[in-house]
Amino acid sequence: MSAVGRRDGVVAWLFLAPYLVLFGGFVLLPIVLGLWISLHNWDFTLPGKPFVGLDNYANLLDPGSVAFDPFWDSMKATGIFTLFSVPLLIVIPLAVAMVMNAKFPGRNLFRAVYFAPYVLGVAVVGVMWRFLLDRNIGAVNSYLGAIGLPDDIAWLSSIPAAWVALVGVTVWWTLGFNAVIYIAGLQDIPRELYEAARIDGAGRWAIIWNVTLPSLRPVTMFVTVVTLIASANMFGQSFIMTNGAPAQETRTAIFYIAETGLQNFQMGQAAAASWILTVALMALSLVVFAVFRARGALDVS
Amino acid sequence: MKGALKVLRYAVLVALTLLFISPLLFMLVTSFKTSGEAVQTPPTWWPDPFTTQAYERILNAADTPVLRWFFNSLIAATANAALVVTTAALAAYALARLEFRGKRVIFALIVSTLFVPPVILVIPNYEIVGRLYWLDTLLAIIVPTAASAFGVFFLRQFFAQLPRELEESARLDGANRWQIFFRIVLPLSKPALATLALLSFLTNWNDFLWPVYVLFSPETQTLQAGLSTLQSANSVRYDLLMAGAVVASIPVLLLYLIAQRFVIEGVSRSGLKG
Repeated sequence: MSAVGRRDGVVAWLFLAPYLVLFGGFVLLPIVLGLWISLHNWDFTLPGKPFVGLDNYANLLDPGSVAFDPFWDSMKATGIFTLFSVPLLIVIPLAVAMVMNAKFPGRNLFRAVYFAPYVLGVAVVGVMWRFLLDRNIGAVNSYLGAIGLPDDIAWLSSIPAAWVALVGVTVWWTLGFNAVIYIAGLQDIPRELYEAARIDGAGRWAIIWNVTLPSLRPVTMFVTVVTLIASANMFGQSFIMTNGAPAQETRTAIFYIAETGLQNFQMGQAAAASWILTVALMALSLVVFAVFRARGALDVS
Repeated sequence: MKGALKVLRYAVLVALTLLFISPLLFMLVTSFKTSGEAVQTPPTWWPDPFTTQAYERILNAADTPVLRWFFNSLIAATANAALVVTTAALAAYALARLEFRGKRVIFALIVSTLFVPPVILVIPNYEIVGRLYWLDTLLAIIVPTAASAFGVFFLRQFFAQLPRELEESARLDGANRWQIFFRIVLPLSKPALATLALLSFLTNWNDFLWPVYVLFSPETQTLQAGLSTLQSANSVRYDLLMAGAVVASIPVLLLYLIAQRFVIEGVSRSGLKG
């Protein structure tokens, strides 16, 4: 290995160099620079960027500070969105995947259709649904009225309707993505497991409960973490559909960070906020890992 | 029993299909309506009269040059995909096949950033892009997001599964690492490279937050960022907004139609390693 190691050394670094330039410049450096910015009163457009230590963090964590409410309101908005969208995006795509986990004519066509919204950008999805959910002229209210339901719901400017709209649209948009991952996971479950369960006399539900779901645990964990991170990073839907309304109740944490840092140029404050959000998110992801691992370990014993 | 289940399955599948297709269809139909018919209730499913005036109005408008945005998006997404595939393939080959000091550390470092929420990069990257004088240029949306940890990880897993025999026999014939990479590994990896290129193109085409803030002139925007500009300029002109949304959807939907298998397989495979 050491002789080979020496021979590949220079060549290997040449292969790596182009990627490492990008990775160093736009991933590693920003992570460090973000911390540095968060310790300053940093305005991109001003020459002076005075060092303020942990003041930006203190402001965000001190209930008496003016920065406290806007930030935590946005964290709350992100929390509400995540709380409702993640479970739906774990369970519904799983159900869809199970319905599709058999050989039948048209299967690939259906799968392709369900995945299609995901290839559209959030701007397209947002603009389209803002139109459909318009209180006065939107098709959704119009059809609700046609079947005798309330036809004047303010989907984009009242609570809780706005959350239903934002979560619903996000489920519509990304359901297919999670379903495709589940379908691949279902196909990887060895047939013998099902046959063994059938020979033992297990019914349809017992098989789902004792064979399918446990075998799917790693895939479910992956889906959970990916969905959690995506939901906690929600921005475009509320930027386009509700613009944070009503008041700023649907302004998410990312929305707050982008506005504070890239529009008002309080970049130190925004960088500190993004570190708090990131730490919270990573802690949550670790909890998810721990939960799945604990349940997996229990099953082995 | 079996028959009833079959019917039930198709009923569910068809209902879901309608749920996914009808909003898109309505968007398309509305883009060919007059501004009046676009906001008419109850909604109509066929434009009367059929008109392309929404498209004519927005494609070359001074404040919302949608055609220009289309080409900006096309250039940016293509360049970004090319950059991702090139840099990721080179790096992934080193990590899959070459032996060198620090390999494990580098790979671990790259993989660990897969789980770093992208929000952490937004503020500092704005500062970096600003220092490079890339703000309000397409470079700002082509280069920074090309540092794809997913791309390296995805291709490394693919290269590592390739049979070593071909590479070894080429080596015995005197081929060096570059020749092996270009003549053997890359040709064998066409599906994986195509998948990565496609996913990168789609991601870049659809990126929203970053272009909204780093591109500000009407003529530098991409379609996604532009849609939000179009919306602020014409908040109730739904005929125009739907026409813009259609223009922003058609290329990706076409690409998806042609290469659906690669997209779906790429996504399925990304989940299996979780």
